[in-house]
Amino acid sequence: MSEEISEKNKIDVIVVGAGPAGVSAAITIARGGKKVVLVERGSFAGSKNMYGGVIYSHAAKEIFPNFEDNAPIERFVASHNYVLLSENSSTIISYENYEQEKNAFVAIRAKWDKWCVEEAMKEGVYYAPETLVKELILKDGKVVGITTDIEDYYADIVIIADGVNSLLAKQLRLRENIKPKNVALGVKEVIKLPAEIINNRFGLTNEKGAAYELVGGPLEGLFGLGFIYTNKDSVSIGLGVSLEDLKNKKIKPYELLEKLKSHPAIAKFIEDGELLEYSAHLIPEGGYNCIPKLYTDGAMIVGDAAMLVNNVHFEGTNFAMISGKFAGETALEALENNDFSSNMLCLYKKKLTNSFILKDLKTYKDVISVLSSRTDSFLNYYPSKVNEFFGIFTTADGQEKRAKFVKFTKDFFRKRSLAELFKDAIAGIKLVFGILK
Amino acid sequence: MENNIPENIENKLYKVKYKTDSKCHLNPNNSKCLQCIDKVCTIICPANVYNYNETEKKLTVSYEKCLECGACKLICKNIDWVYPSSGKGVNFKNS
Repeated sequence: MSEEISEKNKIDVIVVGAGPAGVSAAITIARGGKKVVLVERGSFAGSKNMYGGVIYSHAAKEIFPNFEDNAPIERFVASHNYVLLSENSSTIISYENYEQEKNAFVAIRAKWDKWCVEEAMKEGVYYAPETLVKELILKDGKVVGITTDIEDYYADIVIIADGVNSLLAKQLRLRENIKPKNVALGVKEVIKLPAEIINNRFGLTNEKGAAYELVGGPLEGLFGLGFIYTNKDSVSIGLGVSLEDLKNKKIKPYELLEKLKSHPAIAKFIEDGELLEYSAHLIPEGGYNCIPKLYTDGAMIVGDAAMLVNNVHFEGTNFAMISGKFAGETALEALENNDFSSNMLCLYKKKLTNSFILKDLKTYKDVISVLSSRTDSFLNYYPSKVNEFFGIFTTADGQEKRAKFVKFTKDFFRKRSLAELFKDAIAGIKLVFGILK
Repeated sequence: MENNIPENIENKLYKVKYKTDSKCHLNPNNSKCLQCIDKVCTIICPANVYNYNETEKKLTVSYEKCLECGACKLICKNIDWVYPSSGKGVNFKNS
């Protein structure tokens, strides 16, 4: 390709992928007065995206300060619930904070991502939907552009926001092949129900919503969790389970979801509902130890593509948006200095390191591996024991309580060898000290 | 309990919107499939894209049902996996 053509198709920055990370990067660059094109392979932004999921207000505000005025928010999460399931019972811990009900909200990605891009376009971002990036163009080892189905485009910087499967990060060899144990497979159903019924069933009013994390029971000791989120007039129900476990135990993800949905504690929430959509997506689980090299000459990696997810707290969209913003700021600095080398772009890594993103991921770096080594204990055995305890505590049947509690205690040690209990205790200590150290 | 939610995966997928690509974006190496014992792709794929036809000794790939999650390429090295062409493939509207 001649220099002339390359100049014609040249822009300051190309962002690949119009999810929360990509759009945040692009809008930051446009606000800095530079020319940026946001490229999306789907027919509209959000059309390829699926998540648990919630979006966190702190991150949304940083990118869109007035988002509450007109963004497509389903419901703010006012009620957080943790459900411990056993085969035929459930124990729920519910948390509500009446002074802080707008920390997070549920949104449907096909609407939210689309809205974000429309806002970005108002601020000068060029948007190119239905454009698949086949590969990055390299010149002397530096990223200088993209090859699409139609044409080649050139830029001083390419920001890689192409999601968990990031074929572009793979092309640059910035990360190794993802191992099945470092991702969860998420499957989800969105079930239509009238808003009044959702309000009644979940104890909600108006725009308030509920989040449920589901532990144990039908998940059969697999490393994973179920979830329910309330939308305006639908309910999202799904699960995220280690791909390694699904593979080893030969379990079909949609059959597992069927089991979860038919549990009495869950079935009552979706009774009389109608399936609107079924979806699936991978979720990065590897955490700190799986973060790729975040930048190279002419390119930075953001969001899921950089594996920036904290699974313990279900935080991913906020990491995506803030990492996108940091990459955008770094790009502006680089354009100012006319320096697009790794030397310059390492500023992006510095910003991440000094923020909650890498600090949190570092804090939690061993949590997933410790938990996954004791999955059956923490995600199956103990939840079932909690249910058994409440079963005894709440049942009046003319039998003396003492004998039941003695049996419960004896069983606790009989069904779980001391060695196993010891390993669980060690894992528990590791978790606490790992986080606090 | 009564509801209008299909249990069968094919009926679930019936609710998903697609713009079907003219060419298949998932290409397993069939000679390797013959030797593969577990055929895990037929189990973990959330869209039931892969089915092994015993009589024809061939893995059938219903790529038009693919949700583009990428799980198959992580559990099997013998699947040449790319995204569908620009604008094609799955179109989530409510997820």
